Amino acid sequence: MEMKYPKFTQEMKKTHTILIPNMAVTQFRLIQYALEWAGYKVEVLGNCGSQVAQMGLKYVHNDTCYPALLVIGQFLDALNSGKYDLDHTALLITQTGGGCRASNYIHLLRKALVKAGYPQIPVASLNFSGLEKDSGFQLTMPLLRRTLAGIFYGDLLVALRNQTKPYENNPGQTQAMVDKWVEILGADLKERGQFSAKAMKARFPQIAADFASIPVTRVPKVKVGIVGEIYVKYSPLGNNDLEKFLESEDCEVNLPGLMGFVEYCAFNMSEDIRLYGGNPLKKWVPDLLLKYLDGIEKSMGEAMRRYGFHAPARFKELTQLPKGIIGIGNKMGEGWLLTAEMIELVESGYENNVCAPPFGCLPNHICGKGMVNKIRALHPTANITPIDYDPSATRVNQENRIKLMLAVARERLTTPVQPQPVDFMETPKVEHSFANAL
Amino acid sequence: MMKVGLDIGSTTIKCVVLDEKDQLVHSSYQRHYSHILESAQELLRTLAKEKVPGGKASLAISGSAGMGLANSCQVPFVQKVFATRVAVNRLEPDTDCVIELGGEDAKILFLTNGTEVRMNGSCAGGTGAFIDQMATLLKMEADEMNQAAAKATKTYTIASRCGVFAKSDIQPLINQGALASDIAASIYKAVVNQTIAGLAQGRPIKGKVLYLGGPLTFSSVLRQSFDQALHLEGRCPENSLLFVAMGAAFYSDQEEDLEDVARRLEQYRATATYASQPPLFASKEEYEEFHARHLKASVPCVPFSADCGPVHIGIDSGSTTLKVVCIDQDQNILFTSYQPNLGSPIKLLREVLIQILENHPGIQIASVTTTGYGEELAKNAFHCDYSLVETVAHFTAARHFMPQVDFIIDIGGQDMKCFKIEDGAISNIFLNEACSSGCGSFLQTFAQALGYDVKEFASLGLFADSPVDLGSRCTVFMNSSVKQAQKDGASIENISAGLSISVVKNALYKVIRASSPEELGRNIVVQGGTFYNEAVLRAFEKEMGVEVIRPDIAGLMGAYGAALYGRKKAAPGQVSSMLNLEQLKSFTQKVANVQCQSCGNHCQRTSTTFSDGSRFFSGNRCDRPVTGKAEDDTLNLYQYKRDLLAGYKPVPGKRGSIGIPLCLNMYELLPFWHTLFTRLGFAVHTSPFSTRGLYLAGQATIPSDTACFPAKLAHGHINALAQMRLDAIFYPCLSYNLDEGLGDNHYNCPVVAYYPEVIAGNCPELSGTKFIYDYLGIHRPKDFVKTLTRVLQREFPDKGISQKEVQAAADAAYAEYQHHMDQIRARGREIIDQARKEGKRIIVLAGRPYHVDPEVNHGIDGLILRHGAAVVTEDSVSCMVEKFPTTVLNQWTYHSRLYAAAKYCTTQPDMDLVQLVSFGCGVDAITTDETRAILQAGGKLYTQLKIDEISNLGAVNIRLRSLFAALDERAGQE
Repeated sequence: MEMKYPKFTQEMKKTHTILIPNMAVTQFRLIQYALEWAGYKVEVLGNCGSQVAQMGLKYVHNDTCYPALLVIGQFLDALNSGKYDLDHTALLITQTGGGCRASNYIHLLRKALVKAGYPQIPVASLNFSGLEKDSGFQLTMPLLRRTLAGIFYGDLLVALRNQTKPYENNPGQTQAMVDKWVEILGADLKERGQFSAKAMKARFPQIAADFASIPVTRVPKVKVGIVGEIYVKYSPLGNNDLEKFLESEDCEVNLPGLMGFVEYCAFNMSEDIRLYGGNPLKKWVPDLLLKYLDGIEKSMGEAMRRYGFHAPARFKELTQLPKGIIGIGNKMGEGWLLTAEMIELVESGYENNVCAPPFGCLPNHICGKGMVNKIRALHPTANITPIDYDPSATRVNQENRIKLMLAVARERLTTPVQPQPVDFMETPKVEHSFANAL
Repeated sequence: MMKVGLDIGSTTIKCVVLDEKDQLVHSSYQRHYSHILESAQELLRTLAKEKVPGGKASLAISGSAGMGLANSCQVPFVQKVFATRVAVNRLEPDTDCVIELGGEDAKILFLTNGTEVRMNGSCAGGTGAFIDQMATLLKMEADEMNQAAAKATKTYTIASRCGVFAKSDIQPLINQGALASDIAASIYKAVVNQTIAGLAQGRPIKGKVLYLGGPLTFSSVLRQSFDQALHLEGRCPENSLLFVAMGAAFYSDQEEDLEDVARRLEQYRATATYASQPPLFASKEEYEEFHARHLKASVPCVPFSADCGPVHIGIDSGSTTLKVVCIDQDQNILFTSYQPNLGSPIKLLREVLIQILENHPGIQIASVTTTGYGEELAKNAFHCDYSLVETVAHFTAARHFMPQVDFIIDIGGQDMKCFKIEDGAISNIFLNEACSSGCGSFLQTFAQALGYDVKEFASLGLFADSPVDLGSRCTVFMNSSVKQAQKDGASIENISAGLSISVVKNALYKVIRASSPEELGRNIVVQGGTFYNEAVLRAFEKEMGVEVIRPDIAGLMGAYGAALYGRKKAAPGQVSSMLNLEQLKSFTQKVANVQCQSCGNHCQRTSTTFSDGSRFFSGNRCDRPVTGKAEDDTLNLYQYKRDLLAGYKPVPGKRGSIGIPLCLNMYELLPFWHTLFTRLGFAVHTSPFSTRGLYLAGQATIPSDTACFPAKLAHGHINALAQMRLDAIFYPCLSYNLDEGLGDNHYNCPVVAYYPEVIAGNCPELSGTKFIYDYLGIHRPKDFVKTLTRVLQREFPDKGISQKEVQAAADAAYAEYQHHMDQIRARGREIIDQARKEGKRIIVLAGRPYHVDPEVNHGIDGLILRHGAAVVTEDSVSCMVEKFPTTVLNQWTYHSRLYAAAKYCTTQPDMDLVQLVSFGCGVDAITTDETRAILQAGGKLYTQLKIDEISNLGAVNIRLRSLFAALDERAGQE
């Protein structure tokens, strides 16, 4: 079964508008500028509503993960809208190339396009793994660097926003600040060519200082970290606007950055060689990249701390956290990074976590739900709630569970007690013992 | 100030009024039949008038349906588990643990040693609602079920994960005549298992335990079952139903005018919105036209008369209903009967047959044909002439209405069947998988829950102005969608229409997964009792954009098809072998349930003895109790694989003992690791083949209830090994598998690759045992030796293991693995050759290596064998094709074999592929479509069998028989 599909050619760069599914809202706004700099015409999709999931259910195997249903549904819904010239529209989708089924999204999308009657629409792959080498869409070095800068800036803006907004004296001021900086930084990337490590390091303190100038009243609030499958974690469409919901419940939210996932993907390439052997030269590029990124991360953290903000752990530190909990060879899906993020959040005061995988997400059986007991054993204060997301999980059920977690969190906020370690390592009594099973 | 607490749940409203001293002065408990707003308003007004002087009290609302409501009228909302906690702390302060079962949720609350709350995940079926549903199935009220269960003498295994699965376990038990009391007790036990396995997740329940909520309050047997399972005596306190409401009252601190709150609710009602879809009919005229059109598809009915000639009886013994049709030589209908079987189809059938014979003394019965779920039992009981697989029966009937039919969809009480017809034969069959079943009976259960008769309920939806959009997923999820819609103010009419549309969407997008009407064909016959429901029928036509035929005997099509089949088959002048009137009258049956002792499977068999002394067995997986002989496994490559694996026994060695769990990828790699460690001087012990008991022994430590069953079994294997007291247990993480050159990469799936991490993090029985689960790369032999040497030297520093030794052991291991695979392939060839000599069909039963596990495949390999076909594995034929392009990223070793095996089948006329898919396998969401596409491009049928914990082979059998019937029909045409 070979499928002939239209390729995204060099020429299409000029003639086609590329649609991008929405995921991490702020980061993607900035990446859009980077892509525009490279001459691509892009649009980050904003369509949402129940028809998006319905389109996904109609054209994709229903047992496929929710993110695939949503991303593909969002594309098809957009193509159906009549807003786009179908002969000059292309789609862009990310591909990690790992052992998770997510690497297959692009193929599912192509199948769905044919089924839905859009066989002419080309799909380009955004990946760091060298898949789809013959595509006219290529992540060239200058574009890559701008994209990375966009992610860094996006992560920073999200973190500062989340630490400021719940406490702002004048409602709306923080979001206005985010919008202002997206515009400035977008121009940095698109027009001014200001994207080097040096340029970023200069920008970080300016941004942090600006956010620090917002008048706030800092009262104790419940702090909640969000971890999970990469799409569901960030996308408001995927997680029923989880961030907003938590804000409405008067919480401070911590949404670990997108850069961590990029670094994780690069790190896994070299970790693979460390674990299983292979040409050590292949480690050279990812290791170099990680070093470059670490330098930027370090100065971002410094800028945040200087202005009184909490800075997330650097990726380098994250790689150390899972020791004794999960192996860093666990590299499919979000793998060890998800576990590391939970630990990092718990250790830095965000003891309450929502772990948000799509229903039936395979890697999450292991690195998410599978690790909660172990984390709780080591950190008895960890208050982690796994919430599954899928097309029919109802909001009321999800919010009920989250509210329960928040109820425990609020109680601790007012009467901080040090709970005893949980004795989960004791065998529970279940009526069937192995002996009488035989 | 007085305090009022409301607990608005999915089915009931509970209310308490406390006085100034927090003493309970008034309480009420009532069903709201989803008129939540009205009920709440009425309740508040009554309180204001009669119970609360001055109409003012501090008020808080709790409960799953109370959240939006509370927000809308600005009354404080308390999360219900939190409310429970508040109440327990106040009323039963020394409690350690609370188990609360509600209408749709199960909760365990650990109060001492680290407060923790566990609620059932979105997949685990409801509990109170589940018990209600099961009681309906048993035709009992909840209290009757409890009384019955108290008299039980034994219990059956019922899948405890999801209500829908449990239902498909119970239905066959009912049909086989198991005692209702035993089934009732088994249901309670299943609830207990589910609660403990799903919620405790490794944390022990001990100390002072409190039982709360409706089911635990009302059912003494359920409480006893919990006591037994937990080895303690829990207590159901006074007012156990009201804890949530009392918690809410304790928590309340905002004074409200109750009348005023009721008024605010009125406004909420006006502003409520929910996702809706267009109405089913735009106008009354449109309905009239539709109604008239469907009246046309009918079969002539003629009365019995002395000269009606030989007649043919068709019997469709379905899962919940019994259908009987009697036709004459001209295919006219003389008699029909459509009745719920009330759990005893044989008794009912006897009555119907006696009725026919008594009313028409001169009747000449030429043939009697049975079909449906209970076809074999019915045929054996009454000595009928033929039996016919139900899919073929339906096709036969549909063809009568529309000779050019190319698509049939049948939605019955329990199941949904769709077949595509090409060239006059069934070319594709879709049966609903365990997870989306419940279609017709779901509507019924729902109607009852809301206090309506199903017909009345369905017709309510016909003229609904904005039907609720409920999506297309499992019925358990639908329950909560309905709850949400009710909360948002959807009327009964709109909910009814929404449910009907959901049934259709389920069929189209879950079962058939069609994306356009053209794909299904243009000539569609719809049938099954559910299509009598005009709302469902209309929704189907609207969704598909095509006018379909619904015969007036939509619910009798199986029986009619069976009668037509008998008519065709009967020789001129034939007289049916069915029992005569006297024999029918003296007919008795005795049902006994026994555990078969013939082999290690220990099937729960039901043996039915009829009045003439003949016996009928059901529930057995093999023919041994019938024939008395062991099965001939010569043509079963699955058995051969198991035999090979069983041959790896521990060899005493100088370096101690090591254990390997026989789960997931170990089903393939055991020869490799066994050889490696044996060479290194370890006695290698493996856990035994899985059994139900082994699974249950490990189920309490499973952290993710939606993982696939093969992965969950790993916990049982670890438990088994831990009890052997070995020096170490070895179960490595393997990101990569060996590269067989069939795909673009050679990954393992995330679960196979990393499940050892879950074991290490969640299995307390491992404490004290060395558990080695390093990341190893067997795909790179040289580096593998180095890494493994390091690992072994770290774990066994005093055993002096050298790299040279490991090298030699690894060489032997790779050789043994190769030899093992070669043996399988050679045996596969032999089986294929032998089958060809004997003219048998060859079935490639394609799955993963671990599908060889008898507890995972539930004996499907043997079942295929009993249908007269040979069984080979995917890995025995995958090596026969070269790598070829696929439309998906072909990156997992095991899955590459599937594609290759499918490809190979398309080149062999006598070879067909049946794919085993474990429920919850995310990767198979991708492989199934691709495998299907490969097979269909090569002109082959695709059959998928979805398997889980569930051990009922009824549906599997129908599918296999349909496959064989379709293959026979195809072969006949050539």
